[in-house]
Amino acid sequence: MRVNITVNGEARQVDDVWPGESLLYVLRERLGLPGSKNACEQGECGSCTVYMDGTPVCACLVAAGQAEGREVRTVEGLASGDTLDRVQQAFVDAGAVQCGFCTPGLVVAAHDLLTRTPQPSDPEIREALAGNLCRCTGYEKILDAVRMAARS
Amino acid sequence: MTTTVATQGGIGTNAQRPDGALKARGEFAYSSDLWHEDMVWGVTLRSPHPYARITSIDITEALRVPGVQAVLTHEDVPGTNIYGLEHPDQPVLAEDVVRYQGEPVALVAADHPETARRAMKRIEVAYEVLPPVVNTEDAAHGRAEPLHPNGNVVRHVKVRHGPQDVRADVVVTGEYEVGMQDQAFLGPESGLAVPADDGSVDLYIATQWLHADQRQIAVALGLPPEKVRLTLSGVGGAFGGREDLSMQVHACMLALRTGKPVKMVYNREESFYGHVHRHPARMYYEHGATRNGKIVYVKARIYLDGGAYASSTGAVVANAATLGVGPYDVPSVTVDCWGVYTNNPPCGAMRGFGAVQAAFAYESQMDRLADAVGLDPVEVRIRNAMSEGAVMPTGQVVDSPAPVVELLTLVRDKPLPAKGNDLTDMPGGVSNTTHGEGVVRGVGYGVSIKNVGFSDSFDDYSTVRVRLSVIGGQAVASVHTAAVEVGQGLVTVLQQITRTELGVDVVTIEPMDTSIGDAGSTSASRQTYVTGGALRAACAAVRAALFERIGHTDLPLDHDKIVEVLGTDVIDEVVEWRHRPTYRLDPETGQGNAHVQYAFAAHRAVVDVDVELGLVKVVELVCAQDVGKAINPEAVLGQIQGGTAQGLGLAVMEEIQLADGKIRNPSFTDYLIPTVLDMPPMVIDVLERPDPHAPYGLRGVGEPPTISSTPAIVAAIRAATGMALTRVPVRPEHITETS
Repeated sequence: MRVNITVNGEARQVDDVWPGESLLYVLRERLGLPGSKNACEQGECGSCTVYMDGTPVCACLVAAGQAEGREVRTVEGLASGDTLDRVQQAFVDAGAVQCGFCTPGLVVAAHDLLTRTPQPSDPEIREALAGNLCRCTGYEKILDAVRMAARS
Repeated sequence: MTTTVATQGGIGTNAQRPDGALKARGEFAYSSDLWHEDMVWGVTLRSPHPYARITSIDITEALRVPGVQAVLTHEDVPGTNIYGLEHPDQPVLAEDVVRYQGEPVALVAADHPETARRAMKRIEVAYEVLPPVVNTEDAAHGRAEPLHPNGNVVRHVKVRHGPQDVRADVVVTGEYEVGMQDQAFLGPESGLAVPADDGSVDLYIATQWLHADQRQIAVALGLPPEKVRLTLSGVGGAFGGREDLSMQVHACMLALRTGKPVKMVYNREESFYGHVHRHPARMYYEHGATRNGKIVYVKARIYLDGGAYASSTGAVVANAATLGVGPYDVPSVTVDCWGVYTNNPPCGAMRGFGAVQAAFAYESQMDRLADAVGLDPVEVRIRNAMSEGAVMPTGQVVDSPAPVVELLTLVRDKPLPAKGNDLTDMPGGVSNTTHGEGVVRGVGYGVSIKNVGFSDSFDDYSTVRVRLSVIGGQAVASVHTAAVEVGQGLVTVLQQITRTELGVDVVTIEPMDTSIGDAGSTSASRQTYVTGGALRAACAAVRAALFERIGHTDLPLDHDKIVEVLGTDVIDEVVEWRHRPTYRLDPETGQGNAHVQYAFAAHRAVVDVDVELGLVKVVELVCAQDVGKAINPEAVLGQIQGGTAQGLGLAVMEEIQLADGKIRNPSFTDYLIPTVLDMPPMVIDVLERPDPHAPYGLRGVGEPPTISSTPAIVAAIRAATGMALTRVPVRPEHITETS
C-alpha cells in the first residue's frame, strides 16, 4: 500500500508498504530515519518515541497506515542544523548518554515534558520519563539533563 | 622522563564523549540501523523444546515462498558446526538434538523480514521430545542424564585455605538462591554481513570482542580468519550478553549463500533466547566465628546453572569460588563451586560474573553473624574486613590498597534520608496503595570484591596503534584498536589518555575492527586498564620517536613543538601490552595468584516496605567505591549509578522465570528492569587509592557497584520486615508470604 506522512516537516510518500508494518519500520527501513530505536517493539521501552500530530507515541505501536496524513516529528527533527535542541545538548553536557540506545526516545519524551511543563518538579520528571527504559545510566544523569534543559 | 600535559580534556577531567551529540541526534549508527543496497533479511528458526531429538527437517515448503532467497540447516554449515567461547560445544545450527528452548535450528533469508518469518513457519521440524534436565545439584552429582560427552560438570573449583575442619563458638548457616538475571541491553542482537567476490565476508556487528568472534566465525565458516573481517557497529549496551556469538555466523552463512548483504535483527523476545544470562545459583554457607564476631572459618557449596552450553561458565565458577568469602580475612576456607550443564537457557557472562551470586550469600551470612553475636552489621564487617597485605583464600597476597573499612565507614556515616510524605515516595507510588500505613523502613549494607581483567593464567593483552601527524598546521593523533566501545565510554578514555601523553588536543578514534591485533574483551572491567595501558605504552613509543628527532628528552612536549619537529612526517607505533601474568588455580586446592587486581565497593540501602502488599520502595542508595584513579570522574559516577541500578533490579524485580526449562517471561512486559521511578537518588563517594601495578594507578570500575547493591537492598528489606529472605529477586509474595 501507499502511505503519505509528513515527517519532520517534509511530505513523504512511501510505496509498497506491507499493511503489517509499523510506523517505526517505515521510518527506519523505508525513510532512512533510524534515529527512533527498536529496543522492544512492544511499547514497553519508549526508545521509539516520536511525536505524531504533536503527541508522543511509541512508533512501534502505530501501524504504518494509521500514520496516513499525519505529521510525525522524530528525534532527527529536533535539532536546528548543527545546533542541538536544548534537551539534546543537556543530555550531552550532563553525561546522560552512555550506550545511547534509549537516548532518542528519552530526548523526545523530555522535550514533550518541557513543552507542557517548562519547570517540572523531580516527581514530574520521573513520572514523565517512566515509560522510557535505560539500562546503562541508572537515570541519575538523565534527571540532571532534564533539570539542566529546564534551566536553559 | 618528560611529562606532557594537555591544555584540556586529559586524564582526570570530565571530557565529553565524542559520540554523545550523534547519539542525542539519533544519528549514531547502531548495528540494527545498517542498510545496504540489495540487502536481504535473515531470520532464525528456534527450538520450542528445552530438550528433544530432531528426527527430520523439511524445508521444501519454506523454499516455495516467493521472495525467499535461502533456507539453511546444519547441513549447510560450511566449516565446523561447533563453537564456544571457552569450550567448543555448541552447534551453529542443531543437528540431531536440541538442548535448550530457543536453540537455532534453521535460517531463512528473504527480501522482507515478514516474508522470511512466514517462510520460517513453513519449515517442518519433527521432534522427539525428551524430559529436560533442570536440577543443578542433580547435574553436579551425576544424578542426571549426561547432556554432553564428558558429563554435566563444566567445572568444579575447590578452594582449600588454612586448616580444615575447624570449630568455632558461633556458627551461622544459610541456604541462598539467586534467580536468572538478564543483561537486557537495549540494542538488540543485530548486524550486517556483506559477501565479497573472493568468498570472504565483512561483518558489521555489535559485540564485546571482535577477535573472539572472528576466530569462532572463521572455524564455523571453514575460512581462514583473514577472510572474515569484522568492523564494530554501534553497540546498544552489552553487560556480558554480547560475549558469545548470536547471529554472527548465521548472517555470514546467509550472505555467502545468497551472494547478497544480509541483515539480521532480533526482536526483544528473540533476544531473550539469543544470548546467555547470569547463572542462577543455589548456595549453602556456614560461617564459624568467635563470640566477638571474628570469622574463624567459612565453608560453602555453590551450584551455578550453566544451562545447555558452556559459554564462560568455567571462568564464572572460578570467580564465585575464589571470591566466595568476600572482602574479609578468613583463616580457614573450604569452598566447592560447580558449574553444570542442564537444559535451561545457556548462562555466561553478566556484569559481576560469579561475584554477584556469591556476594548475595556471604553478605547475607555477615548479617546473620551480626545478629548472632549482637553486633551492628557494619561493625561485624569492619572487624573482619581485609586490607592491603591480606591473604586471599587462594593464597594470593592483596598487594595494593584494599580500603574496605574506609568504604564501609563512608557509607555508614552519611546522614539518613527523611521519611517522604509525597505519594510518589511511598511503596506503590502513584498507584495510591498506601499513605504510610503498613509501611516500615529498613537500612542495610553490602560490600563487594571483584577481580579486574582476565584471570587464571589467561594471556590477557591489548593492541593499540597511535599515529601522530600534522594536518593543516595542527598536530593530530589517531588511535586504532579493536577494543570495543559498548557505551561505557572507552572512546572518551582513549582520547583523554592520548591528550595527556602526547599533549595533543585533537585525537581521532579510528573505527574498531579486526585489521589490527586483538584487544581482548570489553568485559571484566578491563578495557581502561588493559587497552588504556596499551595506549599509554603506544604513546610512549610515539614520544620516544619524537625525542629521537629532537635529539634530547628534556623538553616539555607541547603542540607547537610537535608541529615543528614533525613537519610532514608521520609517527606510527603499534604496541601490544600485557598486564602482569596470572597463574592457574591448583585443581585440588584452588591456590594460586589467579587474579590481576581486586576492586571494592560498598553500599548502604534505605528502603520502605509496605508489609501488607509486599511492595518495596528503595528510598536511597549510598555507594563508596575505590577506583584507584578516576580517568573521567563523571563517567565513573555513570558506571556506579548504572551498575547499582542493575543490582537493584536483581534485588527486587529481575528474573527470567523458568518452568521445565522454558522461559515464561521473554518480554519487557514480564521481565521488569528498573525505571526512573524505581531508582532512588544516589549519594556517591569515589576514593582514589592508586594501585602501583596498574596504569595511572587505576582500578576497573564497572562491576563492583552491581555486586554490592543487591545484598544491601535485601538486607534493608530484612531489617524492615524481620524476614529471612534468602532468595533474590525478592518478590511481593515473599514479603506477604502468600507464594
